[in-house]
Amino acid sequence: MVAVITRRSLVAGAAGAAALPFAGAAGSAQTPLGIGFVYVGPTGDYGWTYAHDQGRKAIEAEFGSKVKTSYVENVAEGPDAERVLRQLATAGNKLIFATSFGFMNATVRAARALPNVWFEHATGYQRAANLATYNARFYEGRAVCGTIAGHLSKTGTAGYIASFPIPEVVMGISAFTLAAQKVNPNFKTKVLWVSTWYDPAKEADAAKALMDQGCDILTQHTDSPAPLQAAEARGMLGFGQASDMRTYAPKAQLTSIVDDWAPYYIRRVRMALDGTWKSGDTWDGLKEGAVRIAPYGDAVPENVRREADRVKEEIIAGALHPLTGPIKDQKGELRVKEGERMTDEQLSKMDWYPAGVQS
Amino acid sequence: MSTALLVSFAMTVAMASTPILLASLGELVAEKAGVLNLGVEGMMLIGAVTGFAAAALTGSAYLGLLAAMLGGLLTSLIFAALTLGLSANQVATGLALTIFGVGASALIGAPFVGRTIERLGPLLPQALAGHPVLRVLFGYDLLVYLALGLTAVVAWWLRYTRPGLVLRAVGESDTSAHAIGYPVLAVRTGAVAFGGVLAGLAGAYFSLELTPMWADRLTAGRGWIALALVVFASWRPARLLAGAYLFGAVMTFELHAKAAGFALLPPEILAMLPYLATILVLTLISVRPGRVSTAAPACLGKAFSPA
Repeated sequence: MVAVITRRSLVAGAAGAAALPFAGAAGSAQTPLGIGFVYVGPTGDYGWTYAHDQGRKAIEAEFGSKVKTSYVENVAEGPDAERVLRQLATAGNKLIFATSFGFMNATVRAARALPNVWFEHATGYQRAANLATYNARFYEGRAVCGTIAGHLSKTGTAGYIASFPIPEVVMGISAFTLAAQKVNPNFKTKVLWVSTWYDPAKEADAAKALMDQGCDILTQHTDSPAPLQAAEARGMLGFGQASDMRTYAPKAQLTSIVDDWAPYYIRRVRMALDGTWKSGDTWDGLKEGAVRIAPYGDAVPENVRREADRVKEEIIAGALHPLTGPIKDQKGELRVKEGERMTDEQLSKMDWYPAGVQS
Repeated sequence: MSTALLVSFAMTVAMASTPILLASLGELVAEKAGVLNLGVEGMMLIGAVTGFAAAALTGSAYLGLLAAMLGGLLTSLIFAALTLGLSANQVATGLALTIFGVGASALIGAPFVGRTIERLGPLLPQALAGHPVLRVLFGYDLLVYLALGLTAVVAWWLRYTRPGLVLRAVGESDTSAHAIGYPVLAVRTGAVAFGGVLAGLAGAYFSLELTPMWADRLTAGRGWIALALVVFASWRPARLLAGAYLFGAVMTFELHAKAAGFALLPPEILAMLPYLATILVLTLISVRPGRVSTAAPACLGKAFSPA
């Protein structure tokens, strides 16, 4: 919306960390390692940003006085993010996590300008010697959700409230739909783009519009519990996003994809402290615990739980890849051949949908 | 289109329009008195969080409404003290109030993230709302009706009552009103306070009815739309009502159209619409020289200190 200044920098002790010298390896015995986080939303969104902030707290709990974390929330995606990144670097942070896809170009520029600072960009694909990327295989969790939706949807149509058509969102929609089609070949997913990561009232209205169009199961790639709440109010079903949202929709929530960034963050901070930090691209999933499946809701019957668990176990074992051919796109063209698995490279640039997705 | 679909659409429109109407009506009264308060979004957020907190603690959404009114009122009084008491710049203070509201609401709301409450819910018993037509007319919560009723009352009050005339006089020419002996600052404080109460209610509509929860920045910029709407309506309550419902209808229609499978306009264009319309209206007002004086209150945004 408007360029409201909605950024509060509740910077925990940034001033203290400002004295940290840039030269030399990080993590000498006395000076704590400054770690900065840039968030796209508020930490209280109970979704994406909340999950990253839980990861930040896990770092604090793990390393105590050896680290000093700080964060800036509600940072707009786009050029302004670079200013925030530079500010965090100037404040003495040596390791900076930019936690949204839209920070990519800003992070690339900041990394180029500040070679002594380590940057990590979530869900992006551009790397440099001091810029690593990381992501979680949320599509694995979405395949589990899709399996449940395929069994439980009476209309055979799910509603998908989506933010922006970036690869991250596209692969989630695809994995969900393909998994549901394995159960019900005629399964359809109606995607409704709301052009925002976070606008509870709009997300709720989108949920209502989808339910009016015959969707009896909702899932979302936006950050608030509002759609799930709207499903609960109408006696429909849905999936939570980023954290366990059962308190908001005790009857409606079938399960939730829970983001857990803590293992990755702790690993990377340990490397930074040891001086072994290296750039790279890390995709953790169900196997590593970066993506977890929340306990099933009462609306999921025993046989469906078994099916969902089987899909989960097969993904963890590597026996099943949610995006395995044959996959036809919306025009009916064969995009992935029989038995072929989409590579991470292909996934991170995915810009088409399988047949059955209405977007 | 099925009846159920139409009913759902109409009800979504009414409920999406209500908070915008409430907030802009309060701002209209403040601006009619000559005070430009850009802190609507901040006051709404404070209202949303105090309302939710009170509802969560007492278990009553109606007590939540009272708390929200109080929260909005107190926030607006900060603004009044600074701009009317100390003659601070209204634009800067208003913007600061919004930033303050975002931060303060997140602080107050932190312990309430993840909690749930019973929403306000429809005012009338379900039995009355059985038939689709009855449901469209009577299936809402208190605030939908309150917003409509208040719009009518404010329109009448501003136009036909003596206090309404005094308020407009204060907004049109503060020095004349002062010379005649009207308490300019007191009138303006009252108008700002009214705006605060309504903004508090508007915010609470999000946390107590639309999305009964607390999450940071819950109102997601609706306060700015309310501000734009006041100009769009050229400071007239009836047009404000039309504008708020038009805006709600456009937004809801877009979602329904997309869900049904046709996209009419890119969503970015729709997000721009209220502001584009405001610019257009401002342009139209100013190209007709005769109308300039009748549209914006002449003393809007000007500080007044009685000599």
